[in-house]
Amino acid sequence: MISAILVMAGIGLALGAILGWASVRYRVEDDPLVEKIDAILPQTQCGQCGFPGCKPYAEAIAKGEADINKCPPGGADGVKRLAELLGVEAKPLGEGLEPKPKAIAVIDENTCIGCTLCVQACPVDAIIGAAKQMHTIIADQCTGCELCLPPCPVDCISMEVVKEDVANWKWRYPVHMMKREA
Amino acid sequence: MSRQLFTFNGGVHPEGHKAESNATPIRPMPLLPRYVVPLRQHIGAPARPLVQAGDAVLGGQMIGAPEGYVSTAAHAPTSGRVVAVAPHAVPHPSGLFDLCVVIEADGEDRSIDFQPLDWRKLDPSALRNRIREMGLAGLGGAVFPSYIKLNPSGQTLHTLILNGAECEPWITCDDRLMRERAAEIVLGIEVMAHTLGVKTILIGIEDNKPEALAAMGAAAPSGMEVVAVPTGYPGGGGKQLTYTLTGVETPTGGRSTDAGIQVFNVGTAYSLYRAVYLGEPLLSRVVTVTGHVANPGNFEARIGTPMTDLLAAAGGALDGADGEIVGGPMMGFDLMDQAAPVTKSVNCLIVKDPVRFPPRPTTLPCIRCGACARACPADLQPFEMYWFSRAKDFGKAQSYNLFDCIECGCCAYVCPSHIPLVDFFRFAKSEIWEREQEKHGADQARQRHEFKEFRLEREKREKAEKFARAAEKNKEAAATTTTDATADPDAEKKKAILQAALDRAKKAKEAVTPRNTDNLPPRVEKEIAEIEARRAQAEAKTESGEG
Repeated sequence: MISAILVMAGIGLALGAILGWASVRYRVEDDPLVEKIDAILPQTQCGQCGFPGCKPYAEAIAKGEADINKCPPGGADGVKRLAELLGVEAKPLGEGLEPKPKAIAVIDENTCIGCTLCVQACPVDAIIGAAKQMHTIIADQCTGCELCLPPCPVDCISMEVVKEDVANWKWRYPVHMMKREA
Repeated sequence: MSRQLFTFNGGVHPEGHKAESNATPIRPMPLLPRYVVPLRQHIGAPARPLVQAGDAVLGGQMIGAPEGYVSTAAHAPTSGRVVAVAPHAVPHPSGLFDLCVVIEADGEDRSIDFQPLDWRKLDPSALRNRIREMGLAGLGGAVFPSYIKLNPSGQTLHTLILNGAECEPWITCDDRLMRERAAEIVLGIEVMAHTLGVKTILIGIEDNKPEALAAMGAAAPSGMEVVAVPTGYPGGGGKQLTYTLTGVETPTGGRSTDAGIQVFNVGTAYSLYRAVYLGEPLLSRVVTVTGHVANPGNFEARIGTPMTDLLAAAGGALDGADGEIVGGPMMGFDLMDQAAPVTKSVNCLIVKDPVRFPPRPTTLPCIRCGACARACPADLQPFEMYWFSRAKDFGKAQSYNLFDCIECGCCAYVCPSHIPLVDFFRFAKSEIWEREQEKHGADQARQRHEFKEFRLEREKREKAEKFARAAEKNKEAAATTTTDATADPDAEKKKAILQAALDRAKKAKEAVTPRNTDNLPPRVEKEIAEIEARRAQAEAKTESGEG
């Protein structure tokens, strides 16, 4: 009887030790859900959702503090993918949030006074410039977040919609006549 | 000629329509008043323009420099003046404009001095660089820069295949080229073999071109094998021809070079001959003009020839013409604007008529017959890919190896419901591509954003540390001065010197700059005196008030 109890207790302790060790050894650093949500978000870091960047919004969604339809750059497609991930119903974008065509910021270099305010505002370091030197935008890195527009004291930054050209043209969804069924 | 051939699955046998255009020799084109040279004629980054409007150019002068690795040059087709470097219609399925150099010919057709290359002595890398500057790109239709394909880049290649199959209906430009210029093609092939270091050279030609087979057979030296391959579409697809000749299948997502085989078009071999033996950049190519035109045939057109002039050279379109196709009827696309020029990729221009090119019949629902899967030369299941592409379920479509599809059009050709399957595959491919690019952009943005946050944090920390250090130092300095002020015997002396210097500077300043109350006009002095008097009065009053 005692030996049986001891054996069971021993097994329990051993398994407990293994589990304890495993929980330390294989601990997941971040909340994997946050990472998954963050991977869906478009990373414009624009703050239109009301959070200071995509990661904080992802954290808020994961905690259930924010709705999934607050990201205009992600569009309806982004909401759909978030809904699929979280197992909830997709819904239209929130009030007053509308997706805009993809645009990038352009600095009017004749007007720029070199104040560096936009450089500090850019969330992805896509503006090059130093104090009293002309600033310019790295077009490839600009996410179109518009965060550089308000700080500019001379309003020399404007958003230019990315035009379709031969390089970024896409084949359209085929439109074809289907015969009406009799 | 006893080589064992392999038969790939699927494929179709559309009517050839080769006789319309392959009876007459390649005709030269007259010098035109105007040429339009697009800067994006090849796969990869467009060439960077080297000329501006107003510049004079000579034939063969480089007007677009290769930019980046996957890129090649563009050249002026004749001497004249650059009228514009601006967006212009180009042969592209979108009908969008692209950056072109428009040249007005001066009629003299002068050229730069062409320097032939001593290719046997030249270092292979130097040879490739020259070929890059000469703008060579694959003339079979994919227009991949040739200098990259001529670089074995660490891989050992054992076989070079020359593609003279020309399997698409209507097109006969390679056929005529092989009949008329076999010797030159062979010289080009020798250069290719030398650069790649291959042992076996196979020239694959479909057996519906007996004249081309005979001409190439007569010109080919020992070591080059001319092989007649069975006629059938898409027997001239790179992967299909490789399989037919060697039995080697190109792996998914890989290239035939992974198996030690490189494939070139015979037209590319001819342009390589011109580049190496004549020192001439890629200035012209043979284009088939056929279909509903007065004099169908093949033309040696300079790159940049507007389609209107090309059509005129073939006698113009006949009555009842119904648009044009660039390329073949299976893989080509409708020409949107006749002002678009001939580029390195344009091998054929077909004028449509309603009889031989009827409008696409009404699409019916898929009946799951499986004809498309039997016809697919890439051994795919087009109907499955069609479902998922139509439903925009791109992940699933990709899992059926959508990217192994060569867009040959066999599935759409055999479909009894006339479903435009290839259109769906192209749509799905470009959507997937865009998403991948967006994903890549988002990943980069995330990385940059995280780094910026990290950087700001680090700067803050460093600043705080610096302040802490400075504060400590100050404290120490204060402690040392209070405890032993006499420790430094020079301190007093230094202080005195410093004070003397300060006094000197003060005196000098006073001497140089007059005080603002000196040298005033009498009116102002009077005013000051009045103010002073008022102030004295006021002071006296307050004093008396207090008293």
